Amino acid sequence: MTDAVAVLLIVAVTAYAVLAGADFGAGFWDLLAGVADRGERPRALIEHSIGPVWEANHVWLIFTLVMLWTAFPPAFASITSTLFVPLTLAAFGIVLRGASFAFRKSVVRTRDRRNFGAAFAASSVITPYCMGAVAGAIASGRVPSGGTTGDPWSSWVNVTSVVAGVLAVATCAFLAAVFLIRDAARLEQHDLAEYFRRRAIAAAIAAGAAAVAGIFVLGADATYVFHGMASRSLPLVVASAMCGVASLVLLRRGIARFARLVAVGAVATIVFAWGVAQWPYILPTSLKVSAAAAPSETLTALLVVFAIAVAVIGPSIALLFVMDQRSLLPEEGAERAEKPPAPVPS
Amino acid sequence: MHLLAVNPVPWARSQMAFTLAFHIVLVPLGVAWGLMALVANYRGLKHEDSAALLLAQRWSKFMAVTFAVGAVTGTVLSFEFGLLWPTFMGRFGAAFGVPFAIEGLFFFTEAIFVAIYIFGWKRLKPWTHFWTGIPIVIAGIGGSVSVVAANAWMNEPSGFTLNSAGKVVKVDPIGVIFNKAMPYEAAHMVVAAYVVGGFLIASVYAAAWLRGRRDRYHRLGFTIPFTVAAIATPIQMIVGDTLARWVFSNEPVKFAAIELVPKTKSDVPETLLGHLNSSGKITGGIPIPGLASWLSDPSTGKSTVVKGLNTVPSNARPTIGEVNVVHLAWDVMVGLAMLLLLLALWYAISWWIRRDFPETRWFLWPAAGAGVAAVLALEAGWVVTEVGRQPWIVHNYLKVQQAATANHGVWITFSAVLALYLGLGITTVHVLRGMSRRWRDAGRREPDSPYGPRSPVPVDGVRVREEVAAR
Repeated sequence: MTDAVAVLLIVAVTAYAVLAGADFGAGFWDLLAGVADRGERPRALIEHSIGPVWEANHVWLIFTLVMLWTAFPPAFASITSTLFVPLTLAAFGIVLRGASFAFRKSVVRTRDRRNFGAAFAASSVITPYCMGAVAGAIASGRVPSGGTTGDPWSSWVNVTSVVAGVLAVATCAFLAAVFLIRDAARLEQHDLAEYFRRRAIAAAIAAGAAAVAGIFVLGADATYVFHGMASRSLPLVVASAMCGVASLVLLRRGIARFARLVAVGAVATIVFAWGVAQWPYILPTSLKVSAAAAPSETLTALLVVFAIAVAVIGPSIALLFVMDQRSLLPEEGAERAEKPPAPVPS
Repeated sequence: MHLLAVNPVPWARSQMAFTLAFHIVLVPLGVAWGLMALVANYRGLKHEDSAALLLAQRWSKFMAVTFAVGAVTGTVLSFEFGLLWPTFMGRFGAAFGVPFAIEGLFFFTEAIFVAIYIFGWKRLKPWTHFWTGIPIVIAGIGGSVSVVAANAWMNEPSGFTLNSAGKVVKVDPIGVIFNKAMPYEAAHMVVAAYVVGGFLIASVYAAAWLRGRRDRYHRLGFTIPFTVAAIATPIQMIVGDTLARWVFSNEPVKFAAIELVPKTKSDVPETLLGHLNSSGKITGGIPIPGLASWLSDPSTGKSTVVKGLNTVPSNARPTIGEVNVVHLAWDVMVGLAMLLLLLALWYAISWWIRRDFPETRWFLWPAAGAGVAAVLALEAGWVVTEVGRQPWIVHNYLKVQQAATANHGVWITFSAVLALYLGLGITTVHVLRGMSRRWRDAGRREPDSPYGPRSPVPVDGVRVREEVAAR
């Protein structure tokens, strides 16, 4: 049963990485979209694209945190004690990101929109970086269990954390760009689809490079997880690499639909690979999943909650996504003065 | 670094208190506003009332902002459980976490249907769209009940077994969720959400009415939320009274702090204001003889014995300073609630006699202030339950002092949170006011129409927005 809950935890982390990751990545592209005029159409697409879904996607983080502290309380206590700084930064980033995104949609003056946009975009980069750094800290065994606390700084300012942070940002950017191609195509903005196709390719290459660097870094800095990746997780790692390459090929050929599928596959498999690689530890190599686990009644309760979630939340999410994809959720209907669309930069 | 090595406990308490106090203002909006928007929406559809529909549509846009701010500030609380209270979570997460897992379900449902409802105005069929709002109301209630269940568990921990080392070895999830305090606290908070949400939103339209914006739109904007609040307020009086009597029987130390009872005795006066001095004597205030005893158990009247603070050792009860905070907060909550009840009665009588709300300034001015008063009452109530539990984080099991993080930098994060949240609070109000002003200006030119002519399939996000802007 402990194993089942551990798998659910990884499922929640994966869902957060893929779904919220794409929303964070959209903020990354918002940041790079250029000055107000030039960036207006990409920004409008980004806003349109993540507006209805980001809050639902964000809930996966709540699920992850709650699962972690309920099913594996000592692990949660150790992680939050050692990684106080990056988690605090991530929390601040989440506040800034969510609030400024909501504010930006609700104001009209260019200056206000620019300020909220800057806060939204910058925090969209900081938050996934911190989350990646946290994952790197855990994977490289820098979070000790029990009463001891790891170093407040070097636990997350180290080579594994930096590479993991960069990988997280690049992955988010990649997912977002791939999703945005489809959204642009759906709205028949073919020039924007092309705009994001080029960016998706660049992000795919960056994420791939970060992943390759990650392999070397893990080999030197996080040996337990490295060995796991090279043995138990190898099929997943290979699958992720294949998905990554396939998405690149599909993007080059302009087949966005399948590119999206394999892009999700590439990210999901690598998150799973991490989980499998550090098995049976939740904090390598000081705390095993079984030792951290809550009493079995609690785990049963979590499994029941998850079953209800699958039955109730599953169809609701599907409804939201289908409505969104069918353009049934076009806007909040805010009356807003718009300037004529500027040509998209190449 | 030694200069920066500040005791984290008071800062952790301050940060938790401040972030909770901020988030709790958004809770009533999350719980109650959805219902009010649906009332307006229903009216609009059933009676083809375009003002009601417009109101519902605009409320849903405001809700988009307040829901986002509520979601992210709620997330901060999840982080803080671990960041500020790692020992608490490490030791009791297995029990304390159970209600939060259920809250996750409700939050998920709410996030999904809020999105569908606020983005679905233009292209869903009107009644279909209306029905997508119903889960928001249900999830709002369920979510707050779940969170309050967790808080009630801190007051009345149950449903777990400890081994000799103090580790949780067995959990009864139902026992955790349905702890003894849960039904009372949950009812009190849910009704409070309707009281506060109703008065808060109505107060905005009362102010608008005073400024001469007297049309059907503003009339509905006032009457719908004020009616909700006016119905909820007397209910809250009964719920609150029941809860107080339950606290008298089950949390005697908290009750002693509420009623300023240093030593166990009968014929306890209800002391309005006043405080305990450093030697533990009641000073100041207006005592109403025997009333606290009488209210605690009317069947025995003035002879009801109220347990005093002295029934537990001084290290297991709130300090004198904390007792005074609890007592003052209690007086503020009850006092404001009484005033709000009078306002609700006035409204009810006026409605009964002349089918309209009282348009006199004597009513409208207090009504415009009722929102702030209701928020203060809510905050005061929260202070009573939280400070009244001190020094415990899990009553009789774990003290706040022992639960806190050892990170010395909490004073820095608290300062940062303070700055961030002040900015957030001011900006939220500013943005909401800006939206309202903009609509008002636009409304002078041409009213916009919810469910208006369906826009064609949007071929271009920007173009669609232009069409809307041009309309």
